Amino acid sequence: MKADDIRLVPISNGTVLDHLPPGTALKILKILGLDKPDKAVTAAINTESKSARAGKKDLVFIEGRELSKEEYDKIGLIAEGSTVNIIKDSHVKKKINIELPEKAHGLFVCLNPKCISAVEGLSSKFELKEKPLRAKCLYCEKTMNEQDLFKAIK
Amino acid sequence: MLAGLILGFGLTDIISISDFSKKDIETVLEKAAEMEKLPKDKKNRVLADKIVASLFFEPSTRTRLSFETAIQNLGGQVIGFADAGVSSTKKGESLSDTIVNISGYADIIVMRHSIEGAARRAAEVSNKPVINGGDGANQHPTQTLLDLYTIKKQFGKIQGLNIGLLGDLKYGRTVHSLMYALQKFGNVNVYCIAPESLRMPYEIIEDVEGSIKVEETTKLGDFLPELDVLYATRIQKERFVDEFEYEQIKNVFILGKEILKSTKKGFKIMHPLPRVNEIKPEIDKTDAALYFEQSKNGVPVREAILSTLKDAKK
Repeated sequence: MKADDIRLVPISNGTVLDHLPPGTALKILKILGLDKPDKAVTAAINTESKSARAGKKDLVFIEGRELSKEEYDKIGLIAEGSTVNIIKDSHVKKKINIELPEKAHGLFVCLNPKCISAVEGLSSKFELKEKPLRAKCLYCEKTMNEQDLFKAIK
Repeated sequence: MLAGLILGFGLTDIISISDFSKKDIETVLEKAAEMEKLPKDKKNRVLADKIVASLFFEPSTRTRLSFETAIQNLGGQVIGFADAGVSSTKKGESLSDTIVNISGYADIIVMRHSIEGAARRAAEVSNKPVINGGDGANQHPTQTLLDLYTIKKQFGKIQGLNIGLLGDLKYGRTVHSLMYALQKFGNVNVYCIAPESLRMPYEIIEDVEGSIKVEETTKLGDFLPELDVLYATRIQKERFVDEFEYEQIKNVFILGKEILKSTKKGFKIMHPLPRVNEIKPEIDKTDAALYFEQSKNGVPVREAILSTLKDAKK
């Protein structure tokens, strides 16, 4: 089903996340703390898209909120290449392309239970490598793949 | 972070072989060679006014005694412990706090810990140089340096050699570290010889290919005649979920004198020790046995590292 075929109520002021990789919307809502019962948000999942690499995409519509740099960085880890539309008075005021963050400090946890960062509750430090996406913990030097990263984002 | 005062050496802590440049490694190897020739009366002044903390949160005999010998040869004094059970860790103190406190007593810290990344954290919180004597399954950089020193001392070079890595290549931190170290030199042929379930992780091969040539096999005989060095490691029973699988392969790579019929002149066998049964004692007195010399080389290499870091400012 195309996005246009779904009844989506445009937002007046807020943020639209477009061209998200299919299946990432729910994780992104969790990252943004929008998966709580008191938050109202619209998400379209696995909609058809000619322009999307996988032929499908997710979308998220957030009324009344812009995102912080840390939130962009976290989204960039799992949705590089997606687009953020900042909406003001029902118009697209600004478009931003989501990119992989340069630094990945404190964005996600090391999944190695034997890592000092896990044992002592330290803020994590990672070095990112692309193609394929991998994150190397600068403490224990274990590398996480894309699937692990998905689980590790706080 | 200011560099160590030795020209060409860019580190103030020794945490991971991945931090080293090729130049840094060469500096340590040259310094180790110097240390072997340095007269005692000069050597024992190098750390004359220094206290080195030897913090072995995890037991070790060889590494700890090798470090403590190096410290004493250099005229330094040792404080510390050989087991976490006697340290403040038992009272629940965090590693970070322990290191900050001990940094007030010692000039250099040498440590071994079972938690991965412990030495990196120690280096972050301490204003004194930290040397990693092993952190869990992660790094043991001084082992890698003494392995390289042994190869360089024996063959006069590292590049251009054919090096076989044998045994547990999946979990063995020494062989992982050696791969990354050899990558920094480049122009080395590495032959990974392991059972299917203990193959070298593909991520490591991916990382190093391009700088060094890597071939894999499950059969020792495939490349044995070409090898200059065979670096053997122990296949540990505790790594196997399936005991039957362990029983099948535990004796596959036992090295006895008969293998020497197929090896070339100058062929050497190395092992990080301790060995269990993977190298038969009948090899010990042959020209191929390099592992005891390798272990002995730990002292000049650790002397070199201590000497290089002694005036490093962080």
